[in-house]
Amino acid sequence: MTPLLSARDAYGRTLLELGRENEDIVVLDADLSDSTRTSLFAARFPERHFEMGIAEANMIGTAAGLASCGKMPFASTFAVFATCRAFDQLRMSVAYPKLNVKVVATHGGITVGEDGASHHAIEDIALACALPNFVVIVPADAKATEKAVDAIARHVGPVYMRLTRLAVPVVYEQSCDFTIGKAVTVRDGKDVTIIANGIMLSSALEAAAVLGQDGISARVLDMHTVKPMDEVAVEKAARETGAIVTAEEHLLHGGMGSIVARTVLEKAPVPMRFIGIRDRYARSGKPEQLLEMHGLTAPSIAHTVRELLAQG
Amino acid sequence: MEEYELSVSELQGKARCLRCHIIGMTATAGSGHPGGSLSAADIIAALYFRIMRHDPSNPQWEDRDRFVLSKGHAAPALYAALAESGYFDYELLYGLRKCDSPLQGHPDMTQLPGVEASTGSLGQGLSIANGMALAGRLDRKDYRVYVLLGDGEVDEGQVWEAAMAGSHYRLDRVIAILDRNRQQIDGWTEDVMALEPVADKWEAFGWHVLEIDGHDMEAILHAFSQAQQVEGQPTIIIAQTIKGKGASFMEHNLRFHGNAPNRDEMEVGLGEIRTDERCKSCRVQYPGPC
Repeated sequence: MTPLLSARDAYGRTLLELGRENEDIVVLDADLSDSTRTSLFAARFPERHFEMGIAEANMIGTAAGLASCGKMPFASTFAVFATCRAFDQLRMSVAYPKLNVKVVATHGGITVGEDGASHHAIEDIALACALPNFVVIVPADAKATEKAVDAIARHVGPVYMRLTRLAVPVVYEQSCDFTIGKAVTVRDGKDVTIIANGIMLSSALEAAAVLGQDGISARVLDMHTVKPMDEVAVEKAARETGAIVTAEEHLLHGGMGSIVARTVLEKAPVPMRFIGIRDRYARSGKPEQLLEMHGLTAPSIAHTVRELLAQG
Repeated sequence: MEEYELSVSELQGKARCLRCHIIGMTATAGSGHPGGSLSAADIIAALYFRIMRHDPSNPQWEDRDRFVLSKGHAAPALYAALAESGYFDYELLYGLRKCDSPLQGHPDMTQLPGVEASTGSLGQGLSIANGMALAGRLDRKDYRVYVLLGDGEVDEGQVWEAAMAGSHYRLDRVIAILDRNRQQIDGWTEDVMALEPVADKWEAFGWHVLEIDGHDMEAILHAFSQAQQVEGQPTIIIAQTIKGKGASFMEHNLRFHGNAPNRDEMEVGLGEIRTDERCKSCRVQYPGPC
């Protein structure tokens, strides 16, 4: 059994560390600092923490004002509120003027579970990717989250990062080499490439292991940066393995897979399949039930790969 | 920095200059929002030529006062004030809304020195101003943040989120001005979405409220001076104004909310505004070169 670690905890701890090094880092919350783990930073640096109440639009606008005066605001709330609720503020006040605001959202995807569809962010990546100047990141595990938080603090410009509510399986046991915009080859292979991110990366690895037993050699890429996408890695995967399956905990419309598909079509067209949520809302339930209902599992990925290779 | 302080009559002259530019620029561009720019001209003249601490030769000066034009469609008034202050050459004003110009239809802080915030989608400036004031507090700076809101604009819910936060954080370095010209695109504010009693609303949100005639330069200066002395809460100056103020045929005329005067109308408007002897020797001529 793969051990589980919380990416949210990793975010809170890393932010606290960065806060010690960099006095320009400020943190804003919308009444969820306990859930987003920014409470760690707030307890240590109360003067640099701004509780904005349940008012996400104002939180993002305030972050923009802070950034315009040289601060590096981290604004955190649930993914569904950070993007859907405050989209125009992200666009007008942050993306357009290219301000150095980091939006780190927790509770992405359907693994939020029992709270139901109102709280499942399944559109957030499409929305964030629609914003020019934004970097969009979906780390796969706690270690990658640490590295990603560190990396976005060194990047100048707007960032959207999505984390999950649940503890996630450890993918990177030792360390991971995290560079914004550079996909990680987590497993090499020659017959097909599975491109995944977030919680789907560990499922992709599981699927690749199963396929390996059947003699199918699957490459697995961690596409942690959805925008700007690592087009070189995508093209290489297409040319070297000849088939691509993407897997994401997000709507297929406008998600990571659709951006991979555009890249593949432009650079080196090969047959593709897509694992993701198909134009509908999920419901209340246990996270694993919901993943099963929407086909976001290792067996589903393995099945899709076999189908694709059989047709190819 | 200007060492010499402009008198009330000189400030009124500056407001006339701004009005002249607003009419000339929008007529040259063939589009824009002259009505809400003209209503704000006296307030903006007071800010840029007397009230605000700023240095056009050093737009990024850390200790400068900030001005956020939350009602971004009044960009012509802001651009005129920036040019008159010396942030850039007058020639640029002729380029309003043209493809190769930094004078975008609504202000873009990345393209033009002196523009402190990119605005245009209404309701966002007060949040930005609050963030600037919070940064100033952290940095132990004493700059103020002035933010101009439209009255139609305060229909937006975000304005009231920001109003609550400004009072919660006791942002006494934030001074808002409500350009109460009583008209928005679809008609009178009280018909479109009633605002009154608007002063009571701001007071209930914890703001110090001042009410003035927004075209009375002495009253404007007095209000800013009062607002600067308020401690522990933000201030809003509700400035009663007239949309299109300065050109008789544009006043209260909703056609000029989002439409430019044509060339003939421009000449009439400029004629009404250029009453000063000094205007005759003004080197800025409209329409500009096309």
